[in-house]
Amino acid sequence: MVQTGTDRVKRGMAEMQKGGVIMDVVNAEQAKIAEEAGATAVMALERVPSDIRKAGGVARMADPTIVEQVQNAVSIPVMAKARIGHIVEARVLEAMKVDYIDESEVLTPADDVFHIDKKAFTVPFVCGCRDLGEAARRIGEGAAMLRTKGEPGTGNIVEAVRHMRLVNSQVRKVIAMAPDELMVFAKELGAPYEILLQIKEAGRLPVVNFAAGGVATPADAALMMELGADGVFVGSGIFKSENPAKFARSIVEATTYYQDYERIVELSKGLGTPMKGIDMSTLEPAERMQDRGI
Amino acid sequence: MSVKIGVLALQGAVSEHIRSLEQSGAEAVMVKDVRDLDGLDGLVLPGGESTMMRRIMDRYGLFEAIQTFAGQKPIFGTCAGLILMAKKIEGKQGPHLGVLDIDVKRNAFGRQVDSFEANLQIKEISENYTGVFIRAPYIKSVGDQVDVLATVDDHIVACRQDRFLACAFHPELTEDPAMHQYFVHMVEEES
Repeated sequence: MVQTGTDRVKRGMAEMQKGGVIMDVVNAEQAKIAEEAGATAVMALERVPSDIRKAGGVARMADPTIVEQVQNAVSIPVMAKARIGHIVEARVLEAMKVDYIDESEVLTPADDVFHIDKKAFTVPFVCGCRDLGEAARRIGEGAAMLRTKGEPGTGNIVEAVRHMRLVNSQVRKVIAMAPDELMVFAKELGAPYEILLQIKEAGRLPVVNFAAGGVATPADAALMMELGADGVFVGSGIFKSENPAKFARSIVEATTYYQDYERIVELSKGLGTPMKGIDMSTLEPAERMQDRGI
Repeated sequence: MSVKIGVLALQGAVSEHIRSLEQSGAEAVMVKDVRDLDGLDGLVLPGGESTMMRRIMDRYGLFEAIQTFAGQKPIFGTCAGLILMAKKIEGKQGPHLGVLDIDVKRNAFGRQVDSFEANLQIKEISENYTGVFIRAPYIKSVGDQVDVLATVDDHIVACRQDRFLACAFHPELTEDPAMHQYFVHMVEEES
């Protein structure tokens, strides 16, 4: 008896990424640099989030040619983004056999009410979250991996920190709660009660939770690990830096050795100027990607 | 005295292996640096991405240290760990550690959509075992000294050679402790 697409296989794939760095790439050459630097997976995109911000307009799934070129260039897993609620973009990516789909707020949502029913797919999904309510709703829809939303393409870690701290503090609350308090907390969060119950019984989230959205330096990556992230997504930071290969290697090592501060000293030297970054207070509400698909 | 087993903790399913080893009666610790190998009776190379693990091992002398360790102590590799142990890897020039006389094919069952669970019979270990295969490799052929323990569709997915144990699936992702118990027993016999 052979079974594909089980929860265990979908969630297990994310478990294998733990402690690793998943890097945004826009072509085969970048994918090879990422793999060589020790990325555990790459996210194939048409534009990195900071360029999506600059370009404006509607951001969609990448051209399949880009995804294919990246798939042919590396042996590590290849992920790709579909718009929130865009069932067909997701089916297209599944047909191309990408290893993971990111139903992502970085792209312009296709549906401003519903997310994709991810249980209906064989390919696993990762989704963004800002709090445990969003996290539990996405798990309820079938997400096999989570990441903080942060604020993509800003090079500013503050939102990712906020989201990671909030999710983890709410998880701790659920674990400590009396069973009869859980239903009201589920109501407050808008979270499926059954998922909260699972978290309470297991003492942790049932899926892996990575940090994403604003990681710009090795110390940022290490900070997110310190705060309890299972791993790190790096979007615009790497290939916008002066020496992407060196920068990528430093982020990978800082993630593995996140409590070895002498090592992070060495890793942080001579990386050149990081992304300029954007202060949150200068973003208009319409420019905040994290408020999409909640 | 329980045996002390390390889990290579550069990346991958580390905490799951530690939990399974502890449930099987061993003391388990993370290995991130050469000095962490001191005093260990055995080592687990976990699932994850073999390319990434090799890159980091090369940078801080862990690669040579683990090769030396393999000259004396038992090692258990799962999925990526199996690839690290193999003498021959299809499409790649030269092995990683090269301690296990097998020829492996990476991502041999396909991409993630082809990842699967299957019931296995594992020689001397379990008659009914759920193997979780994630972008898994399989073993194309084995040397004379290697004992084949399990197959899926005629592909070899678990084997043992002397003090080396390896499987293409992920025992750390199931609740069944049989594989870990077997390895802990191997380590007890060696130490």
